[in-house]
Amino acid sequence: MYIATSRAAVDVPKSSGVKRAVTGNVVALGLVSLVTDISSEMVTAVLPLYLVLGLGLSPLQFGVLDGLYSGVTALVRLVGGHLADRWQRLKAVACFGYGLSALGKIGLMLAGPSTVAIGAVLAADRTGKGVRTAPRDALITLSSDPDHLGRAFGVHRAMDTFGAFLGPLVAMAVLWLSLGSYDSVFFTSFCIAAIGVIILVVLVKDHQPGPRAERRKVSLRETAGLIRQASFRRICVWAALLGLVTLSDSFLYLVLQRRWELGAVFFPLLPLGTAGVYLLLAVPLGRLSDRVGRWKVFLGGHVALVVALLSLLGPVDGGVLAVLALVLHGVFYAATDGVLMAAAGPMLPEHQRAGGLALVQTGQATTRMFASVLFGLAWTAWDLHAAVLVAAGALAVVIVAAAILRPLRTSA
Amino acid sequence: MRGRILGVVAAVVVLIAAAVGYGIYSRDRGQGVNAVAVVSGQPVSVQAKGQLLFRNTAEGPDFGRLATVPADRTGEPRKVAGLSCDRFAASAGTALCLAAQPGVLPPMTDVIVLDKDLTEIRRIELPGTPSRGRVSPDGKLVYWTVFVSGDSYAATGFSTRAGIFDLASGQLLKSIEEMTVILDGKQYYSSDVNYWGITFAPGGKRFYATMGTKGKTYLVEADYEKFSATAIRENVECPSLSPDGKRIAFKKRVSADLAAPWRLAVLDLASGKETLLAETRSVDDQAAWLDDTTVAYGLEGGIWAVPADGSGAARELVQRGSSPAAG
Repeated sequence: MYIATSRAAVDVPKSSGVKRAVTGNVVALGLVSLVTDISSEMVTAVLPLYLVLGLGLSPLQFGVLDGLYSGVTALVRLVGGHLADRWQRLKAVACFGYGLSALGKIGLMLAGPSTVAIGAVLAADRTGKGVRTAPRDALITLSSDPDHLGRAFGVHRAMDTFGAFLGPLVAMAVLWLSLGSYDSVFFTSFCIAAIGVIILVVLVKDHQPGPRAERRKVSLRETAGLIRQASFRRICVWAALLGLVTLSDSFLYLVLQRRWELGAVFFPLLPLGTAGVYLLLAVPLGRLSDRVGRWKVFLGGHVALVVALLSLLGPVDGGVLAVLALVLHGVFYAATDGVLMAAAGPMLPEHQRAGGLALVQTGQATTRMFASVLFGLAWTAWDLHAAVLVAAGALAVVIVAAAILRPLRTSA
Repeated sequence: MRGRILGVVAAVVVLIAAAVGYGIYSRDRGQGVNAVAVVSGQPVSVQAKGQLLFRNTAEGPDFGRLATVPADRTGEPRKVAGLSCDRFAASAGTALCLAAQPGVLPPMTDVIVLDKDLTEIRRIELPGTPSRGRVSPDGKLVYWTVFVSGDSYAATGFSTRAGIFDLASGQLLKSIEEMTVILDGKQYYSSDVNYWGITFAPGGKRFYATMGTKGKTYLVEADYEKFSATAIRENVECPSLSPDGKRIAFKKRVSADLAAPWRLAVLDLASGKETLLAETRSVDDQAAWLDDTTVAYGLEGGIWAVPADGSGAARELVQRGSSPAAG
């Protein structure tokens, strides 16, 4: 250990502008996410083919399977965050989450045609994803200079998104090599996920709790009690409120497809447009948030979403509309996803980071789920045009309220 | 640190080698012996009478290929042609083969129209995964359903596109969803309308399909030339018209249980009388009429047949097969 520490100490001054650099730990975590996203996206890409053609499930059953376990993540995220704090073992809990998802890929090979078994495997996969998110984000905040957290998250999310890009390509390569064997895709996905776990175990340094926080077990009451801290409560409440009026991705793509009369060939490519912009802008917008304030950039991202929605209703049509909407949607992601974590992280005591971040994320994810249901109802009741207009209006109202009340003026 | 990085690199090399090795192993797995008795590389005519055509799904080199057995001796070794499909149908000397393009993501389907000797007449490329395919009684129209994922907004939703190709005129209708439809006496419009499982009546003017909207399914009766339809009944999926054009075999949703939601039933169009068939297991297939008294369907990896009047019992015609069609 002595050698490793001294080497690390020697390494640091070499990279000029120490303050500006993103730490090795963040890059290592980014690498873990990149690799893991390749693994999970390759499965996501082939799953409909596998279930419908390989196993002969009807589309209806596939839809039910797909939707069944989305709710799992929310609760599990809280559990993961809390336990990571309680045991002061961020890396170990994150590792469990990544490991569980990796094993899920083997589970898919073993599940065969049983709908119940496949459902269980998908639930395990989502559980793994839920468990690992908060401890990992806590580790990023604890491995970075608080003044440059926006950029640290930018780097992490850009690497993560890059992995998501590669996933379907790797899946195609495997299908080509194996002459269409889904098992091969699952096995390769497992191997890649295992690489992610190995990188995490070997290269990521766990947070060493300071002497003050030593071995003091965080109780459930304390995690919940974080909400009593005024600035943190505000960020939770406002993030959740904004979540409640945020139109989900699939809706946006669907509206775009209707407006654009897009050939179905291109439909699955729309998320790639968003991801591409997100990938390019995650770091610049993260840096901007470090300079001008994270909450401002976070709100700005939501403004981009309002403009994206309005552009869908506007007079511009065709390809121009698609590019405009997707760029704005990408800006929304780059300005909100990591930036929210960067804003919330420094407000939380070190030994309660994971639980606190889990609270913010869960609040936001839960209200977004409600938003989808509400928008679905509005669409059915009033038609698409009106529903989008109402969604954009509601979002604008909440943004304006947040801007006037300036919930975070004292901090961040 | 250096040692650790070397360790990681070594692990990466081993794992990637394992993945590639498994891929190559899977590639060779199809090259072994056929799991059932098969006579490979046979010329097949879809017009020949007295045969049962189907897709061979027995493991081995002939997996996925079109196969045939005598209709009265379905236990005989299957004769297998070269044609490989995911869904197959044939009628009156026209065959339809739906094949997912190998290794393409997002999925693409080749809709291949063939003549009686399986010579390709037309190939249409469509986005999506093959779901259903049928040929009209006179062999002049082919129609299909593909399943498109990532196209639906609700978590429990899905999206299907049903299309028609007219061999005589060359007209291609990629989706029938623009059709006007009357529900409960009023013109119905909803953004979530999906159609699947088209079936044409003799004469090629009238057809039936399932319309799904707001969590319900309806049987619609449509006029092909006017391109308009009327919903005539609820809870009917994957309709299949009998050769005499008087009855419809379909999937009826009888249970909310995800493991066993459907039963096969037959609807008499004139009287509106519905009869559950003797098959008690949940069937998820568009039934195929072998003659006016028997329907066949895929279940548990094999092809089964059951009398169309609710009597008798289900019997297995062929093991490891799907997409049955009477020759």
